[in-house]
Amino acid sequence: MISLPDPKPAVLARRAEIVAALRALVPTGPLGEGVISEELRLKPYETDGLSAYRQPPLAVVLPETTEQVAAVLRYCHANGIRVIPRGAGTSLSGGALPLADAVVIGLMRMNRILEVDYEDRLAVVEAGVTNLGITNHVAADGFFYAPDPSSQLACMIGGNVNMNSGGAHCLKYGVTANNLLGLKLVTIEGEIIEVGGRHLDAAGYDWLGLLTGSEGQLAIVTEVTVRILRAAEGQRAMLAAFKGTEIAGAAVDAIIASGIIPVALEFMDKPCIHACEAFAHAGYPLEAEAMLIIEVEGSTEEQDMLLGKLKEICGRFDPISLKVAQTAEESMAIWKGRKGAFGAVGRISPDYLCMDGTIPTGELPHVLKRIGEMSAEYGLQVANVFHAGDGNLHPLIMFDANDPESFHKAEAFGADILKLCVEVGGCLTGEHGVGVEKRDLMGVQFSPSELALQRAIKGAFDPDWLLNPAKVFPLEDNPALQRAA
Amino acid sequence: MSEALLAPPDEAALAAAIAAAHAAGEPLAIEGNGSKRELLRPVQAARSLTTRGLSGITLYRPQELIVSALAGTPLPEIEAALAEKGQHLIAEPPMLAGLFGAGREPTIGGLVATNLSGPRRIMGGAMRDHVMGIRAVTGTGEVFRSGGRVLKNVTGLDLCKLLTGAHGTLGVITEVTLKVLPAPASSGSLALRVADLATGVRALSAGLGSPYGVSGAALLPSGGVAGLAGPLALLRIEEFAESVAYRLGRLREALAGFGEAALLGEDASLAAWQAVREAEPLGAAPEEAVWRVSVKPSTGPGVVAASGLDKALLDWGGGLVWLAGPARPEQHARVVAATEAAGGTFTLFRAPEPLRAAVAVLPEEPPALAAIGRRVKAVLDPKGILNPGRMRAGF
Ligand SMILES: Cc1cc2nc3c(=O)[nH]c(=O)nc-3n(C[C@H](O)[C@H](O)[C@H](O)COP(=O)(O)OP(=O)(O)OC[C@H]3O[C@@H](n4cnc5c(N)ncnc54)[C@H](O)[C@@H]3O)c2cc1C
Repeated sequence: MISLPDPKPAVLARRAEIVAALRALVPTGPLGEGVISEELRLKPYETDGLSAYRQPPLAVVLPETTEQVAAVLRYCHANGIRVIPRGAGTSLSGGALPLADAVVIGLMRMNRILEVDYEDRLAVVEAGVTNLGITNHVAADGFFYAPDPSSQLACMIGGNVNMNSGGAHCLKYGVTANNLLGLKLVTIEGEIIEVGGRHLDAAGYDWLGLLTGSEGQLAIVTEVTVRILRAAEGQRAMLAAFKGTEIAGAAVDAIIASGIIPVALEFMDKPCIHACEAFAHAGYPLEAEAMLIIEVEGSTEEQDMLLGKLKEICGRFDPISLKVAQTAEESMAIWKGRKGAFGAVGRISPDYLCMDGTIPTGELPHVLKRIGEMSAEYGLQVANVFHAGDGNLHPLIMFDANDPESFHKAEAFGADILKLCVEVGGCLTGEHGVGVEKRDLMGVQFSPSELALQRAIKGAFDPDWLLNPAKVFPLEDNPALQRAA
Repeated sequence: MSEALLAPPDEAALAAAIAAAHAAGEPLAIEGNGSKRELLRPVQAARSLTTRGLSGITLYRPQELIVSALAGTPLPEIEAALAEKGQHLIAEPPMLAGLFGAGREPTIGGLVATNLSGPRRIMGGAMRDHVMGIRAVTGTGEVFRSGGRVLKNVTGLDLCKLLTGAHGTLGVITEVTLKVLPAPASSGSLALRVADLATGVRALSAGLGSPYGVSGAALLPSGGVAGLAGPLALLRIEEFAESVAYRLGRLREALAGFGEAALLGEDASLAAWQAVREAEPLGAAPEEAVWRVSVKPSTGPGVVAASGLDKALLDWGGGLVWLAGPARPEQHARVVAATEAAGGTFTLFRAPEPLRAAVAVLPEEPPALAAIGRRVKAVLDPKGILNPGRMRAGF
């Protein structure tokens, strides 16, 4: 169980006054009330994608402009009030979990697309535009925004920036950090700043890079300038199923060694194949121990050429089945199971924890074997799906939320998996962020002095630790939070 | 001056040297092999510290697309090791011996510290995009790591990005881990003789906005590659041989309206891009100043015009503008004004010392950001001993 800092009694005591002040700063507008304070209406904000943790905030503010965000931050800063930035609240690490004495600043009303420039291949959007909203806006003209987290229908670009989110196609197109040009942000003091711009590689310190993935620790992002790319002529998927996870791992190595970098290279283990097949009836081979979904891009002839090479490579590893999609529909059928993987596991077990460690890909067989052993030790089922090209694992640990014992076991199991990831040379989180979930494991990956350094850099942006405190950095040894509490 | 150069043999010794300098409040000029000593402003330090004693590849896993090397490892050594396995550095970093003099090979630490990327940046990303992990020493002599040796990692604040491009002012990089990729099996280019720079950038934009995966898009105002006259728009495809032929053919059709076209086969294409990577078509004379301007691509030609300079080279689809001309403050002011009007950023990349010392070589930051910058600097280098004055006067 993760502990949160004590609320500041002085802030709790002033709740009515704070709400009134916020209402004056963000009055009711065309989209509705600017401030939410009734208990019942705070409920939707009490948790995020890590729903095991819940905590209603002091109030929720829904600004419609950068200036309003600045005014709210200026007020909160002057009054020592903690602030939780929030996009769509799909964080799987509890990054948007409120605190009892904190004001949630929800960016969802800032959802305008401000500019699309095809000649310069960029779009300027507000932080509350959804990830898919960007692609949908430019798709008719053949363009797309590359990072595509599975949550893309809901999650917002401001959240993506702050989590440095990835997706199934980041092997070729990179993660959020690789697809940004500029940000407009507001500091905790209420200063509006722009970093980057509409150009590549701004001179001076790479503030854009530091802010990306900073999990709401450094500033509130209100506008984002993203690169948009022209889509390839077409894409097609194939499926390859193998008798062992080691064999599938070797096939992945052979693909990379061949010089082909597929746009997607997804790996599923047996429990995951079964869960997805039961859910999606995608025609996955149930006898397989491991399965790869491989996608390539280009013209039809280029797809044929690449898929031919990939088929030949996979053929060397005694596959149980090799299925190359001939049409877009067949590709979709292959993807259907994978895309529904979380939902599929959700059907077997209503509650699961989604882990997100990354390992050197060479360690895959060892790590999957150890996860299997731990699953037996903890008596909890686990299904593995992951981005094979980059070693980003997503073990889904199934548990029963009605049984606190089961939840604690699942958390301990998850922590053991992440420790294993670090032990073999990997890291705690590849794309979901540290949030509250992995906060107390940070000492596994970083030394106390490294953590102190990161904290000090946060302090350079947010000296009073008002911005999303109690996330990312362990609470103990944190003078800022102890002083505040 | 040899006693003025500290060349520690390993990270521990390097950290100790910095700790001692910190204790004494003594500034240090930080360098690898000193190949970019003349980049940005002159550093105010009596002694230099080099990473050249820390050399060698420490980990290379081709199947994992990862290479780690100590900071002082020369770039050619890394490129050779990668080439042996058919791989390459994605950002295509340049050596720039033509601008800064030959004989001093850039080190990988220096390349990361300066975030220098070549033509493939437009498609594949910059050096900063491929720094997966870093080891570095702060201005107090403390060793720290950020990132790691895997391709996807969002654990904690990304100090790799903070140090990349910080020109040694926030820490001395001792080891880097980079993402690498298979080198393309083949490549080729389409050259278009265009009427003027604006038409050229429109041609590049049309190519980059096509579905064919253009991996290089440059504009050479006076041509000069493969015996072709300018202005010349150059678009590169790097793929399997079948795809190179197919895609260049489609591009040629799609861009036919922009000007007379010629196809460059692999050898001619490699030579042309090697020249662009090294900024050779810029034709900067030794006494001239060189500016590197980053703007929205469509504004590139306007920046060239407003600079009043006739030596120019545009890369990254028009967004990277190299300019060369008289090393005079008035000329610098003109480049700065042109860049600012276009909403971009500039670097006075190379100039005789008096000019570099006299003017701002990088754009000023807005006050609120500059204040954060000073606080971050104070965290990592509280006494300001690392490369003082390198990026900004008194900083
Ligand atoms: C079903 C499902 C599938 C998912 N698949 C993927 C996946 O494939 N890849 C992946 O990377 N992630 C995935 N995620 C995780 C999640 O969707 C991402 O982390 C996403 O970027 C969060 O966006 P959001 O708008 O929901 O942000 P929130 O959850 O609201 O916030 C995320 C963090 O960012 C901060 N924040 C949000 N907006 C701002 C802002 N404007 N300024 C400053 N800080 C801000 C918050 O404080 C919080 O710390 C998945 C989640 C779910 C539920």
